[in-house]
Amino acid sequence: MSASGPRLQPTLFELSKPGRGGDKIPHAPKGALDRLPAEHRRAHPPGLPELNEPDVVRHYVNLSQLNHAVDTGFYPLGSCTMKWNPKVNEWAARLPGFAQLHPMAPDDVAQGTLQLLWELEQMLIEISGMRAVTLQPAAGAHGELTGVLMIRAYHEARGDTGRTDVLVPDSAHGTNPATATMAGLRTVSIKAAADGGIDLDAFRAALSPTTAAVMITNPSTMGLFESRVGELIEAVHAVGALAYMDGANLNAILGRFKPGEAGFDVMHINTHKTFSTPHGGGGPGAGPVAVGDKLAPYLPAPRVVREADGSFRLERVGERPTSIGRMRSFVGSTGVLVRAYAYLRTHGASGLAEITDDAVLAANYLKSLLAASGVYDIPFPGVCKHEFIASATSIKKQTGVRTLDIAKRLLDHGFHAPTVYFPLTVDEAMLIEPTETESIETLDAFANALVEIAREAATDPETIKTAPHTAAVRRLDEAGAARNPNLRWRPAVGDWTPCPD
Amino acid sequence: MAYGPHTPADRRRMLTALGMQSADELFADIPPALRSTPLRLDPPEPEQLLMGRLAHMAGRNRVDLASFLGAGAYRHFSPPLVDQILLRGEWYTAYTPYQPEVSQGTLQSIYEYESLMAELTGLDIVSASHYDGAAATAEAALMTCRATGRRRVLVSRAVHPHYRAVVRTYVDGAGLDLEDIPLVADGPLAGTTDLAALDRLLADADHPTAGVILAQPSFYGLLEPMAEAGSRAHAAGALFVAVVEPVSLAVLAPPGAYGADIAAGEGQALGIPAQYGGPYLGILACTEPLVRQIPGRLVGMTTDVDGKRAYVMTLQAREQHIRREKAASNICTNQTLLALAASVWLASLGPHGLRDVAAHGASRAAELEAALAAIGIERVHPGAYLNEFAIRVPNAAAVHHTLLARGVLAGLVIEDAVPDEPSVADALLVCTTEVTTSDDIAAFARELEAVLA
Repeated sequence: MSASGPRLQPTLFELSKPGRGGDKIPHAPKGALDRLPAEHRRAHPPGLPELNEPDVVRHYVNLSQLNHAVDTGFYPLGSCTMKWNPKVNEWAARLPGFAQLHPMAPDDVAQGTLQLLWELEQMLIEISGMRAVTLQPAAGAHGELTGVLMIRAYHEARGDTGRTDVLVPDSAHGTNPATATMAGLRTVSIKAAADGGIDLDAFRAALSPTTAAVMITNPSTMGLFESRVGELIEAVHAVGALAYMDGANLNAILGRFKPGEAGFDVMHINTHKTFSTPHGGGGPGAGPVAVGDKLAPYLPAPRVVREADGSFRLERVGERPTSIGRMRSFVGSTGVLVRAYAYLRTHGASGLAEITDDAVLAANYLKSLLAASGVYDIPFPGVCKHEFIASATSIKKQTGVRTLDIAKRLLDHGFHAPTVYFPLTVDEAMLIEPTETESIETLDAFANALVEIAREAATDPETIKTAPHTAAVRRLDEAGAARNPNLRWRPAVGDWTPCPD
Repeated sequence: MAYGPHTPADRRRMLTALGMQSADELFADIPPALRSTPLRLDPPEPEQLLMGRLAHMAGRNRVDLASFLGAGAYRHFSPPLVDQILLRGEWYTAYTPYQPEVSQGTLQSIYEYESLMAELTGLDIVSASHYDGAAATAEAALMTCRATGRRRVLVSRAVHPHYRAVVRTYVDGAGLDLEDIPLVADGPLAGTTDLAALDRLLADADHPTAGVILAQPSFYGLLEPMAEAGSRAHAAGALFVAVVEPVSLAVLAPPGAYGADIAAGEGQALGIPAQYGGPYLGILACTEPLVRQIPGRLVGMTTDVDGKRAYVMTLQAREQHIRREKAASNICTNQTLLALAASVWLASLGPHGLRDVAAHGASRAAELEAALAAIGIERVHPGAYLNEFAIRVPNAAAVHHTLLARGVLAGLVIEDAVPDEPSVADALLVCTTEVTTSDDIAAFARELEAVLA
């Protein structure tokens, strides 16, 4: 096993050399720790690497170059909305007034941030068509949990304690059923109709006095607008249950559909999808939750309050006893929310509507190119929203090349792969989401690459089955990684210098 | 649109390819009754004006005060290189490493994060990040119930009140039970977790305990009897969870050394700005036998088909996208960029730099204690502390407010955060770190003396 090649890096620990580095901060006075009882002291210093500044910077710059990113190329990862991350947003979040503000700073010294959060809530209320918003959840899944806990609190407050079930379509993201479990509820999975949408009859048959909520992703994970959602919400309310909308796909409906107006009771919003906050290699995100009147009393605490004199404050501990409580340490991922605020201000009403139009136009255009090629199956041929499903079922039948292989071969063409094998309901699925910030030239080039790979599958399947060939590493031994997990580096004893005192 | 690439001709070409006249036709699938009212928002704002607006808003926050506020979020020096690395687009504009062949940078950085945290905590399994300290603690509480098959969690009242509140939200949500462990009321151990009370709670055979949660240092800055609490938990068949502050682990015994099964904590102190509460970094670590109970992503070292060293997400059978309603948690992606920040910060400071950060904080705290004692202000609790402690101040809330106008942020009014703990009424929680100056301390003592006079 070696770590060779131009950019592959040894670990930080292998780069370490005893005695290297230091002098970033002054040495602490001798004896600073003498007053600590010995039984609480650490016996040996932690085996952290010893590196100087050039070591550290080169390590991380070289590592960074092993990543595909939105800043380096097209990233059509369905359900993730990998749109452009504006650079002014990074500047904004780093303004010292925002970045250095302590989360328990008194309201008097936090007026700028409190105003920003309050204004952001108002914008999200308008976009969602809801009545109130919490910015507390740290991610989409965290928002889901917040929403479902509020639904539970609503039923319990009415003495309606027999509601144990959450109805979820089988095409839903795995976080929906996992959330129901975390909220102490049971998931009932409902099959999709033949057209990929809600099977109204199946839902009606499953709805009962034990239904707490229905969770619907709209547009669905198949990229389709749920045209029967109005009837479904009516049926849900008729049995006394509430309707949750997973807002992962909000990018497709800005200014075209407001979930609150349509009758949804609660939804979460992924700022890292629709509102351009960076995905960070897998977080941080933010998952604000918007609610209608029924759930507003149960919003997590503390909320931002606007006083009659125009000043802002956080709710005090225990001020709103109906609240489900706290979801996290402090009021929210403010650094992420500053970026989302900047993005919303940049676009305004007309810009947001244009985002959705362009995102949906790009997805339909790309879909039409693949449909016209005749080599990929397009299971849902009608108009799509911001993303669509293509499938390699026919290619697999004819050549043995699978969706996974095509995904890997795309990496050789300089593209990130789409989301693959999701949703679970379509065989050999590729969920493709181009977003509104990719040019027509990029869309054409991506379609051409997919078609070329399909052609290559017929002539040279082995090259595809062993792809990628140009990435820093080739296919990985994932089974071995799971069988004998190596989840940490173990520095050899004596790799570091003992503490001076 | 600010970041869109399409010219009017591009849009026409795409619509023509679809046989459409206008974008409206793309939305014909939305039933008319469901179509939205127009968005009522301000018009788009050009970047130059936006920057002016944001700079003005940021300027309305006051971050120039001599601050002694900690209470779960800490100011520390961060070498400029840390943020310069974080600003590389290859890091912050990538996503979860679903395609490992083109995500080795992120994957290796997570593996290194796991390794660094394993060193700090003394526990072998580190999940690649949670939302923040409180959410990680709540996940730890749920872990103890899954692992033991029991339903009751005990949490010390010396754990951060916000963490206790979040544990309450999660535990209630899952239909489990949560009880407080009270504090010692007086004597040399005042303010620390009451071990005799813990014994009584653990002795309740009708309600077997899944997990016991203590914080080190505690919310009040005190050093807790971790080893004693842990052995009591184990004797009762429960797991022991330590809520830790990672900088302190440079000098304090790590959870692995005193028998903790799980460590949870807030990673913000590791080079992440306070930014009014987030994004932060939830640290969650456990012993090897609990690996299948830990939520969140795990990255392992493996090889590619050529035998080259490589990294990959692994043991995913715990996770929601495979297990759905049977998953260990609904957590999906989390805080990778913050884990990177913590790793770069730790790599920049090294073991001795980290020790200096912790020792400096302790040294400044002793200086603060002495300066306050000189004006007659005493600590509330007699026990040992690291860099944070509670002081008794008459009319604490009013004094705190007055000091603000004099340029001093005098820590936290404890009663605001813990209204149900009479022993800390009229008390402030104050904290120092390596960025606290002697001038700050002198100003605090001087202004406080003036206000109390």
